[in-house]
Amino acid sequence: MSRETAKYPGLNLSSAHGKDHEAAESLMFGFWVFLMSDAILFGMVFATYVTSVHATAGGPEPYQLYDIKSIFVETLVLLASSFTFGMASLALKYKHSTPRLIGWLAATLILGIAFLCFELHDFSTMFAKGGVPSRSGFLSAFFDLVPLHGLHVTGGCLWLICLVGQIARYGLDTKTKLGIMRLALFWHFLDIVWIAIFSVVYLAGLT
Amino acid sequence: MSEQPNVAVDGADPVQEERREFRSYVWGAGMALLLTVVPFALLHWARLPRSPMVIVISVFALVQILIHFRYFLHISFAHKREDLQLILFSALLLTIMVAGTIWIMASLALRMAMPAS
Repeated sequence: MSRETAKYPGLNLSSAHGKDHEAAESLMFGFWVFLMSDAILFGMVFATYVTSVHATAGGPEPYQLYDIKSIFVETLVLLASSFTFGMASLALKYKHSTPRLIGWLAATLILGIAFLCFELHDFSTMFAKGGVPSRSGFLSAFFDLVPLHGLHVTGGCLWLICLVGQIARYGLDTKTKLGIMRLALFWHFLDIVWIAIFSVVYLAGLT
Repeated sequence: MSEQPNVAVDGADPVQEERREFRSYVWGAGMALLLTVVPFALLHWARLPRSPMVIVISVFALVQILIHFRYFLHISFAHKREDLQLILFSALLLTIMVAGTIWIMASLALRMAMPAS
């Protein structure tokens, strides 16, 4: 098999995309540098959470606040959205029709918004049980970490809406193609952060 | 590394290539699903003691992270690129800073007779 050497992280456009493929190399690497610095940020917030998880100050404990079924659904929704974004990347690479590409992007957006709705519902349940950020060190750290991921997902959803608008206005030119490819990296990266969140915060918190 | 031969367009059949990459996404998503369901199911039904359960959860999470990197972000040890080096370096920094923080704070909690982390 004579496969083309991959030049950058994420699904590579092939040389069939000509200059777009060439232009992607430095932009994708630059975006990758940003993602790694974001990973360091998340890592430090994780460290803050782990060191203050026992600092409940007589307030509600993790097992009283977390709802494992809801977290499971959120995890599946986010994984499904990663898969639909993968399908969008394939539609872009193999030059399927633009409506098909936008269809996969729209599916990703809906799943992203569904995830955010579940998460907001979780937070409001926690609030109702007295789990507010000011209650204890544990809750401050929790509401530092988990909504930080939620904010990233919100940012990703807004970016996705903007991209679909750009595609509708300008078509699939170099800029919009590279936008989709960078958002794909961002989206998959957020799913990886979520793996760490559901493992460290929810699963470990409920054992 | 500017001289990349453009062999694939005429070498590989795009339809076959697409099928292969589609299968790779399905395979990645399937494995990620399995690696998610098992720890959730263990927590829900099996009720292991705390420390083995935490080890099992960590192993499943790490493997799933590698699966996501390989199948969704297309990073692997097969192509040696700067992004692989960058992620290895970031992982090193993360390990030093996160493990160091947790270690120091746990030790502090122990010596100050606070609830241990």
